[in-house]
Amino acid sequence: MSTVKFTEDHEWIRVDGDTGTIGITDYAQEQLGDVVYVELPEVGRQVEKGKDMAVVESVKAASEVYAPVTGSVTAINDKLSAEPATVNSAAMGDGWFVKIKLSNPAELDKLMDEASYKKYVEGLG
Amino acid sequence: MSEAPGPLQKTPLHPLHAELGARLVPFAGYEMPVQYPTGIVAEHQHTRAAAGLFDVSHMGQIRLTAKAGQNAAAVLETLVPGDIQGLVPGRMRYTQFTNANGGILDDLMVANTGDHLMLVVNAGRKVEDAAHLRKHLADRVEIEELFSRGLIALQGPLAADVLGRFAPQCRAMPFMTAAFLTIDGVTCYVTRSGYTGEDGYEISMPGEAALPLTRRLLREPEVKPIGLGARDSLRLEAGLCLHGNDIDATTTPVEAGLNWSIAKRRREQGGFIGAEIIQRQFRDGAPRKLVGIKPEGRAPVRAHAEIRDRQGKLIGIITSGGFGPTANGPVAMGYVAAANAAAGTPLQVIVRDKALDCAVAPLPFVKHRYFRG
Repeated sequence: MSTVKFTEDHEWIRVDGDTGTIGITDYAQEQLGDVVYVELPEVGRQVEKGKDMAVVESVKAASEVYAPVTGSVTAINDKLSAEPATVNSAAMGDGWFVKIKLSNPAELDKLMDEASYKKYVEGLG
Repeated sequence: MSEAPGPLQKTPLHPLHAELGARLVPFAGYEMPVQYPTGIVAEHQHTRAAAGLFDVSHMGQIRLTAKAGQNAAAVLETLVPGDIQGLVPGRMRYTQFTNANGGILDDLMVANTGDHLMLVVNAGRKVEDAAHLRKHLADRVEIEELFSRGLIALQGPLAADVLGRFAPQCRAMPFMTAAFLTIDGVTCYVTRSGYTGEDGYEISMPGEAALPLTRRLLREPEVKPIGLGARDSLRLEAGLCLHGNDIDATTTPVEAGLNWSIAKRRREQGGFIGAEIIQRQFRDGAPRKLVGIKPEGRAPVRAHAEIRDRQGKLIGIITSGGFGPTANGPVAMGYVAAANAAAGTPLQVIVRDKALDCAVAPLPFVKHRYFRG
């Protein structure tokens, strides 16, 4: 049974055991507009909660993507190099960025669940 | 561009943008649509394939009329290096307001209506431009800011088909000509021009007519509204300079590769502000040049990124950069030292502390498709 958690910076993480799959939310992709390039970390890199993990570029601008939790990258979504627009069409699915092995699963407790995130986004207007 | 505090101005088409679901952003003191729901890439591609309609009413329309015994074109030539006296009625030209260093205070279009000169200047500079005109020319020409007028651009290969349904004469107008045409009952000043690299028109109309006329044009099946986001990607692919990015008070027309906009007579005679410096650069060459830059990979390079030669020496700076939907890849422009300006010269651009391999590329990135008649 996987759980999905959300950050205030509009990343999501879907957790299965000690592995988390990370992407940006539908709200984030919509705010960015057409995604034209995604820069992903190398497999094996340590990412730290709240620190830069990836970069997503729209036509207009480059935006940082932050790691929702601390861990080491075990896989990256190669599909995004050829088809970055997958982030727009399937932000919560095929448009995932990286998989990480969680160093400290307790960090998940501080993230929002889906209902809280939905409320958070509504509050942004 | 930094945004001054205070309430944002609205163009006559503002209510329409909201209705069409635009994302509105502050731009040059106005609240303007950056994109509509279909998004920048689709808007860009639609403009290259059919007809895109842009609200450019925020730009400054200024009318100059000669006072008794004066020649408005000769008077304006004291502030710009373009050949304005050579403009016959019904023709227009691109030029620049220069400063004492030969730098570009603003770039503009000048059309000869027969009775007047009609100027279109950048939104972010229009107040300063009007003051500049008044300071130098008020004794010899009347200067009228027509800032409440509407201005739309209809751009793309089907623009002539669309506008031709309303005013058939527009079809035969060559690029960079102008005429008063009646469109849907409204007298408009129409120029065959634009800033996308495509065929098309800019249509100036009374402010109160802008909303109904624009709604009417948007009912044509080929026409879709296009925001500032696609306007920027279109002009960048077309290799056209954006004031405040690629050209400003510190860059000369020669450095910016705008030599084509300065006729031989003006190069020889001078007679505009900063002429000595611009004439010297024509003679001896400019120390740096604005060039097209094509990254080899997929990552966009953006304005303000450093340009280095392949040995790592700093040689310039990116002034515009992004993703070109028609070029189907990243495209950029920037200044490099004259020695590095030849097409094909290998360069590096520093993005997030990494050196990305790039090369100087010929401009435009996407071929212009103007109607030359």
